[in-house]
Amino acid sequence: MKSINAQHLVKTYRSGQVRALDDLTLDVEEGTVLSVLGPNGAGKTTAVRILATLLKPDSGIATVAGIDVIKHPEKVRELIGLSGQYAAVDETLTGWDNLVMFGRLYHLGKAASIKRAEDLLERFSLTESAKRPIKTYSGGMRRRLDLAASLIVQPKVLFLDEPTTGLDPRGRQEMWEVIQELVKGGVTLLLTTQYLEEADQLADEIAVIDRGKVIARGTSDALKKQVGGERLEITVENSDIPKTQEIIARISGTATHTDVRTISAPVSTGSLALMEALRALDEATIHPLDIALKRPSLDDVFLSLTGHVAEETVEEPAKKKRGGKK
Amino acid sequence: MKYTISDSITITKRQLLQLARIPEVLVFSTIQPVMFVLLFRFVFGGSIASGQPGGYVQLLMPGIFVQTVAFTLASTAIGLAEDMKKGLIDRFRSLPISRGAVVIGRTFGDALLNILVLTVMALAGYAVGWRPTSGGLKIFSAFLFLFMFGYALSWIGIFVGLSVKEARTVQSVGFLVTFPLTFLSNAFAPTTGMPRILQYFAEWNPVSTMVAACRQLFGLKNQFGATANSWPSQHPLQTSLMYMLLLMVVFIPLSIRKYKNTSN
Repeated sequence: MKSINAQHLVKTYRSGQVRALDDLTLDVEEGTVLSVLGPNGAGKTTAVRILATLLKPDSGIATVAGIDVIKHPEKVRELIGLSGQYAAVDETLTGWDNLVMFGRLYHLGKAASIKRAEDLLERFSLTESAKRPIKTYSGGMRRRLDLAASLIVQPKVLFLDEPTTGLDPRGRQEMWEVIQELVKGGVTLLLTTQYLEEADQLADEIAVIDRGKVIARGTSDALKKQVGGERLEITVENSDIPKTQEIIARISGTATHTDVRTISAPVSTGSLALMEALRALDEATIHPLDIALKRPSLDDVFLSLTGHVAEETVEEPAKKKRGGKK
Repeated sequence: MKYTISDSITITKRQLLQLARIPEVLVFSTIQPVMFVLLFRFVFGGSIASGQPGGYVQLLMPGIFVQTVAFTLASTAIGLAEDMKKGLIDRFRSLPISRGAVVIGRTFGDALLNILVLTVMALAGYAVGWRPTSGGLKIFSAFLFLFMFGYALSWIGIFVGLSVKEARTVQSVGFLVTFPLTFLSNAFAPTTGMPRILQYFAEWNPVSTMVAACRQLFGLKNQFGATANSWPSQHPLQTSLMYMLLLMVVFIPLSIRKYKNTSN
């Protein structure tokens, strides 16, 4: 059963000049995690806003938990949780205030709202900061509180729009742990991100979108295979470049690419290729300045799928109220 | 639908809680009108010949009351625009709450704030010699008028806040609208000194009819009234009521609809 099903969504802004979504089709199986991966301006936020009933598409249809988001948005709202790219909580209030308020807005009774708020604060390690205004929180705490607010009633479908953008590595790691814990509970999750690593960590499947369209879809492994897997990268002194090019070409079996003193080529045998290269370099008495086996990044995915790097396209519409994307 | 009231109250409580968390806002929103009372009373009060027993302050207070509640338009609009910008409105819109609650709740909150501000101003006025002479019921009615006027304007504020979206723009627009309206009126000086064409505007201006209505309810003869003998200056109570009803009939449905369709 499909928990999220969007067919041929189109959304334009500035009377058609900006096509935020251009025939976007995607679906998510119940209880699984789909990561929508793409650069800024690819249409990720627009897609989430349509599925979360905040925005109406120009054309196309979408259902969430089997309910039409355009015809019955009020029913969809009872079943979803949404946590945005920017913490959409009241910053002047405390974490506790916010969660109790959201509980009341979900029509839990007063006592139940308080109980739920306290449980969630505990679960997201925010109990100590519960009585402090949100504006004193760190980026990571803010995101956790925002996430907690979207979990007041157990949602069937959860939308997380770039949950870790702008967080430091530690905050990101903490957020990932929280999300992984959540996914074990069986929620259907649609997560947007700009980071391949994040999609890799959290998602069952990845949909790569560019300029409002899904351009590739599959598991992380499948996508990487499509991208061409790993690259061997060796940096050497100028005098050693020709010899090194020869070695890498032999191991890779394809043409090498030279960028200043770094020679690289795709390899399919992973660490075996790395060891082979080291042995060959050693025999030729070449001492590499740097040697690495590079995993594909979002840029590589984009380069391979679209022929262009993951550039930031035009800002999504001025109409969007989330305070921009910066 | 059955949750409209309780959801609205939750939103109102949030606004009150904000005031409790940052009390400065409350302090400054009451200091400004008190400052106006003192400035006008002591700067102009001496030179404006009001011909009024008890002095200029008797005429001044209704003017400042109306001016202050007129600023509700801007404060409602600014509050809403800020919530929109921060993404809070998006969050609310993704919840299964009654559609009107977010904006209704805000108008309630601003109305409660007005009660407080009016109380503080009345005390300040009393301290500098303002003495309404009409009796309890009429004085109460005057405050009820002021309260309703602020509430009606709050709904225009909702519409403006949803339309303009940037809090700073809202602030400028708010002042651009409210300043001429409050000064092109009988609030601080007689309209008789204005050019003829402005006199007509000033006399039909809802601020003037409100000021005249309050003066009447506080027991004054409306000496800042008309040369043009216009209907509103003759019937300030009726005209003010009509204005308030008209504003609410137009702007409540308009603003709620705007909220529902916003960002679509």
